[in-house]
Amino acid sequence: MKDVTGIKEIIKPENLVYKRSSVLTDNVFSYCPGCGHGTAHRILAEVIEEAGLQSETIGVAPVGCSVLLYEFMNVDVQQAAHGRAPAVATAIKRLLPEKFVFTYQGDGDLAAIGTAETIHACNRGENIMIIFINNGIYGMTGGQMAPTTLEGMKSSTSPYGRDIKLMGNPLKMTEIVATLPGTYFVTRQSVHTPANVKKTKKAMKKAVEYQKLNKGTCFIEIVSNCPSGWKMSPVESNKWMEENMFPFYPLGDLKVPAVE
Amino acid sequence: MMERELRLMKGNEAVAEAAIRAGADGYFGYPITPQSEILEYLMEANPYKTTGMVVLQAESEVAAINMVYGGAACGKKVMTSSSSPGISLKQEGISYIAGAELPCLIVNVVRAGPGLGTIQPSQCDYFQAVKGGGHGDYHLIVLAPASVQEMADFVELGFDLAFKYRNPVMILSDGAIGQMMEKVYLKPKKNRSTVIYDWATTGKPASRERNIITSLDLDPYAQEIHNQNLQAKYREVEKNEVRLEEFQTDDADYLLVAYGTSARVSQKAVQLARAEGIKVGLLRPITLYPFPSGRLKELSRQLKGILSVEMSAGQMVEDVLLSVSGKVPVSHFGRMGGVIPTPEEVVDSLKLKIIGG
Amino acid sequence: MAKIRGSIVINVDKCKGCEVCVVSCPTGTIALAKEVNGKGYNYAYPANPELCIGCANCAMVCPDGVITVYKTKI
Repeated sequence: MKDVTGIKEIIKPENLVYKRSSVLTDNVFSYCPGCGHGTAHRILAEVIEEAGLQSETIGVAPVGCSVLLYEFMNVDVQQAAHGRAPAVATAIKRLLPEKFVFTYQGDGDLAAIGTAETIHACNRGENIMIIFINNGIYGMTGGQMAPTTLEGMKSSTSPYGRDIKLMGNPLKMTEIVATLPGTYFVTRQSVHTPANVKKTKKAMKKAVEYQKLNKGTCFIEIVSNCPSGWKMSPVESNKWMEENMFPFYPLGDLKVPAVE
Repeated sequence: MMERELRLMKGNEAVAEAAIRAGADGYFGYPITPQSEILEYLMEANPYKTTGMVVLQAESEVAAINMVYGGAACGKKVMTSSSSPGISLKQEGISYIAGAELPCLIVNVVRAGPGLGTIQPSQCDYFQAVKGGGHGDYHLIVLAPASVQEMADFVELGFDLAFKYRNPVMILSDGAIGQMMEKVYLKPKKNRSTVIYDWATTGKPASRERNIITSLDLDPYAQEIHNQNLQAKYREVEKNEVRLEEFQTDDADYLLVAYGTSARVSQKAVQLARAEGIKVGLLRPITLYPFPSGRLKELSRQLKGILSVEMSAGQMVEDVLLSVSGKVPVSHFGRMGGVIPTPEEVVDSLKLKIIGG
Repeated sequence: MAKIRGSIVINVDKCKGCEVCVVSCPTGTIALAKEVNGKGYNYAYPANPELCIGCANCAMVCPDGVITVYKTKI
């Protein structure tokens, strides 16, 4: 179908204020409608484009909904085994220290199966940027309970709601990694409103700068939605996220450099 | 040209020194007996200061093999080492490396299992090494050193084969060869390669499409083509890379087939048997995959029987049986649990299972 | 006083009709179409184009990167 447009007279190159980043491919994101993954990809691509780092970037995307990140981002990408992206990125950055290296991981990946790799990469202070998408669920496999699933939250493997006594507590990985000496910048953001998008983008830009300066691990959690897994419309899921996820996973910086 | 250097070293130390001299870019390891000397030697040698080789103690064998994945995907000459339980932990990563067609070197200094087993030498990981090991249809190229010299030599050979075929290579050693000291001639130090491979993730310049390293293809027909391409590569490897050593096979009526430590024992067994007038030879596969099936088949025409000698319950014997297709009797003699067979036991078993049978 | 006028272009084929742009638009420019695109989604479109101020809020939150934004002073 043809694009739909607003007032045609205004659509001139000199009036352009926002367009899809050239660091994204033309492929349609495989994410469900309204999923924050797409927005996070977009912002990451914009940051890479604006920093002029397309030719210097190596991304690592392990198993989860974002395993196909390489289909969408026009940079060199390694698809990694479930949970192992921080180990993979460790080697990339140490062998190619001039390159910009990021991982892009979900909550099951980063906070369950990859806990050891996450903690040790952060503790060594590997000069990488870790993007952690926390939507409290295993999206790719169909909505099972994740390490970050909230108490009482329903999933296909906690159909009566997460029972803390039986299933343990939701894990605040970002708080944990903020305590490690190797992390330099740790923040928790979201991408569901324009203001939050701006903040997340700013955080990523900082992480890019810190990596250039070899400051250590930059860890950006993005609390996100999973409309399909949560069985809500995208707009409802964003509202539910604000009301339920944010109180437990409050947005803001957890660790910032002493002197900026 | 610089002279080769003669040193007295443990097999594990020889691997480490050879890696530095072969121009390796990275080593990622985790301590486990009986191979910890590899990591220890590299940490002490600190090659980052001289050649720029990265050496890192990972938080687990799992992390180590995934570091190898990351480095290999950048086109770097990277390796890891471990022993049996640790190699089991690495299998998922090895499968990914094979699936993504990445070059790397994995050293397995085998100890007896199953489970935690014992730290004594064994050859019980033959199946795991030559039949794939992890999930999916794939092969490693498997080199079996029988001396400290070969521990050193196979590092460079392993890297060469890994890059030639973009395939993981395993050195399947054992605790005896890892720990024993022998003289070893070391090659002069090579510079690390500066080649940037067109398939590697090194940052996408405007002049090329992005490089993607993955073992994932959701389209079953595309995945099958990938599988077929892998199989075609393995057939090439089988055609080109068989390596073996023969000892007194010319006039042999009987043949011992053994690799690594078992081959050293079997060589003595050949001498003992010949002293008794039994015409025995030894075939030592140097590559366990590709297995020297062709030569075994040829030899089987002159033989009255074959004894596969292994420090296992009998694993390689299956490949010997497949090679000779029932044309000649084949049996197995092995010790397990970390016990090294004696040459006398081998001769007795040959008499009992092959000559007497 | 100069007035800010904006205009958006929406790639209909890639739009999944998630409505996140609709609720982020401060002026009520965007709505979901009654018609569907090739994938069966009610795609977003500038229902009230004259209201657009080119703030790019819609494009910033669009998970699929389908919105291009233009702005001018008149």
